[in-house]
Amino acid sequence: MKNTYTDSGAKDTRSGFGAGLLELGRRNDRVVALCADLTGSLKMDGFKKAFPERFFQVGIAEANMMGIAAGLTIGGFIPFTGTFANFSTGRVYDQIRQSIAYSHKNVKICASHAGLTLGEDGATHQILEDIGLMRMLPGMVVINPCDYNQTKAATLAIAEHYGPVYLRFGRPKWPNFTPEDQTFEIGKAITLVEGKDVSIFATGHMVWMALQAQKLLADRGIEAEIINIHTIKPIDREAILNSVAKTGCAVTAEEHNRYGGLGDAVAQVILTAHPVPQEYVAVNDSFGESGKPEELLAKYGLTPENIAAAAVRVMERKKH
Amino acid sequence: MSITKDIKELEAWLPQVRRDIVRMVHAVQSGHPGGSLGCTEFFVALFQYIMDHDPKKFTMDGRDQDIFFLSNGHITPVYYSVLARSGFFPIEELRTFRRINSRLQGHPATHEGLPGIRVATGSLGQGLSVALGAALAKKLNGDLHTVFTLQGDGELQEGQIWEAAMFAAHHKVDNILVTIDRNNRQIDGDVSDVMDLGDLKAKFEAFGWLVAECENGNNLIEIADALLLAKSLTRNEKPVVLIMHTEMGHGVDFMMGSHEWHGIAPNDEQLQRALEQNPETLGDY
Repeated sequence: MKNTYTDSGAKDTRSGFGAGLLELGRRNDRVVALCADLTGSLKMDGFKKAFPERFFQVGIAEANMMGIAAGLTIGGFIPFTGTFANFSTGRVYDQIRQSIAYSHKNVKICASHAGLTLGEDGATHQILEDIGLMRMLPGMVVINPCDYNQTKAATLAIAEHYGPVYLRFGRPKWPNFTPEDQTFEIGKAITLVEGKDVSIFATGHMVWMALQAQKLLADRGIEAEIINIHTIKPIDREAILNSVAKTGCAVTAEEHNRYGGLGDAVAQVILTAHPVPQEYVAVNDSFGESGKPEELLAKYGLTPENIAAAAVRVMERKKH
Repeated sequence: MSITKDIKELEAWLPQVRRDIVRMVHAVQSGHPGGSLGCTEFFVALFQYIMDHDPKKFTMDGRDQDIFFLSNGHITPVYYSVLARSGFFPIEELRTFRRINSRLQGHPATHEGLPGIRVATGSLGQGLSVALGAALAKKLNGDLHTVFTLQGDGELQEGQIWEAAMFAAHHKVDNILVTIDRNNRQIDGDVSDVMDLGDLKAKFEAFGWLVAECENGNNLIEIADALLLAKSLTRNEKPVVLIMHTEMGHGVDFMMGSHEWHGIAPNDEQLQRALEQNPETLGDY
C-alpha cells in the first residue's frame, strides 16, 4: 500500500463535527444537542438553526450541562454536549463519572479545541490530559478522529452506539485526506500504509504527521506501517498485535501528554501480549503555552521529523 | 380534593418505614438514619399519594409516569424502604442493604438494575440537573407527567445547584417539582453554622422560581397537602420548589435534636429503643 494520501483542502475537524451533527438532526429525531456558550466555536449553529426545539443553550455551566444531558437520556433522547475539551473533561469529571458513566447514560461528550493546536489561547485551554481522564472511566468509548471527513463520520457513528462516548477533535484547519464517503467503525483501526520495519500508531491530528513521517522514512529506505487509531477505547488489539508481530517495534504519536494517552493504551496491549520496543511521540509531561499551532507542535516535539527520529530509535533498540 | 381520609390510612406506614430504616442501618452498622427518618413522611406521601406511577411497570425512560430523583443520595434507607413497600422490588431484598452482591448499594445506583433508580447519586448537587434533563425530555415527548426531585439543604451549598436553578427558570422548566429537606443539619453541624443558606425562599424567588413551604414536613397530612399545593403550581412557565421543614432523626427520640445521627448506626440497645418507639404495623422484612 503506497502512501498516496493528499490533502483535499484543509478543514477544521470541529466543522466535521458540526456537519455530522446537522446531518444527524435530519436522520434521527432523538438526537438533541446542548452547548455551554460555544455554539460558534463548536460549529453547532447549523443544528441550532435547523432544530431549535432540540437545541439547549446552557450558558457557561458545564457541570449542569452534563447532568441535563444525562437526564435527557432518561426520556429516550441521544444528547450531544458541546464545549472545549478542557471543559468537557477535567472541569466536569465527577459529573461525567457519576451521572453519565456509572449510570451508563447514552450521552455523547463532544469536545473541541483539544491539544496544543488550540494555539494562542495558551495552556489554560490546551488540555493534554483528556484522553487519559476519559479512558479511565469504565464503559467510556474514546474517539479522536484525524480529519474533517473522519470526524463527520465518527459523529454519525456514535449516535448508533448505545452508551457514553467521548469524541475529541480540534480547532485548526488541518489536511483533510480520508474518504468523504467513509463509514466509521468504532474500535476498528485503519491501516493507511503497510510497512515491515516499524509500526507507527497515531491518533487525531498526528495521523497526518505520521503520514509525512512515513515519506521521510521511505527516503531513508525504511518501510513504516502507518495505523490510524481513531478509537483509543476500546482499542483495536488485533490490529496492533498483527502489526508489531510483523515489524517488531512501535512508535505512538498523539497530541497529548505522554501519560495516560494513546501511547499508554498501545503499550498496555503490547506489553501484555507481544512485548516489543516502543517509543512515544507525545508532550513530555508539561503544559502548553501560547503560540501558533505549528510553532507549538515543533517546540513540543510533535512533528513528522520527531516521529521519524523515534522510528529510527526504536528500530535501533530492536537490534539489541 | 378531600385528602384526609385516604392519607390517614398511610399513617400506618410511618412507624414501619422507620423500623426498616433503623433495622437496615443496624444490620450492617453503616448508613444514614438521621435524614432518612426525617424524610419518612415525605417519601410515604410522595410515593403512595402524590405520584402518578405504577411501581410494577418501572422503565428507565419513565414514559407516561411521574418520576422521582433522589439527589441527596445518602438517604437510601428511607428510599429503599418506600420503594420496596410500594412494590418496586421485593421487601425481603432490604436485607441486602449495603452488603456485597446487592442491588441496594450504599448510595443509589443503576448499575445493578434496581427498579426505581434512574441515575446514580450521592456525589451531591447533581440530581437537580439530571431531573431537569428528564423534565425537558418529557416536554419533547409530549408526556404531561411530572418530575419530582429531593435535595438536602446542605447540598444546596454545591454550585451546580444554582447553575441548574438558573437554567430551569430561563428555559421555563415548569413540569418539575423540586423539594428540599430543610432540616438545617449536615455532617459537620447545623447548616446555618457550616455555611448559612440565608433566606432560601428569597434566593429561589430571585432565581425566578415559585416557592412553596411546608412548616411541618413530619406531619403526613401537612406534607401531602403541601405537595398537592406545590404540584398545582406547576405548568405555569416557572419551576417550582417546595421547602420542607423537617427534623433530622424524627420518630426516634435520641436521634433528634442534633446532626450526630447523620451517618452512624445504632447499637443493639439503641435499636431496641428505636423499635419500641415505632411499632410493627405492616410486617417487618
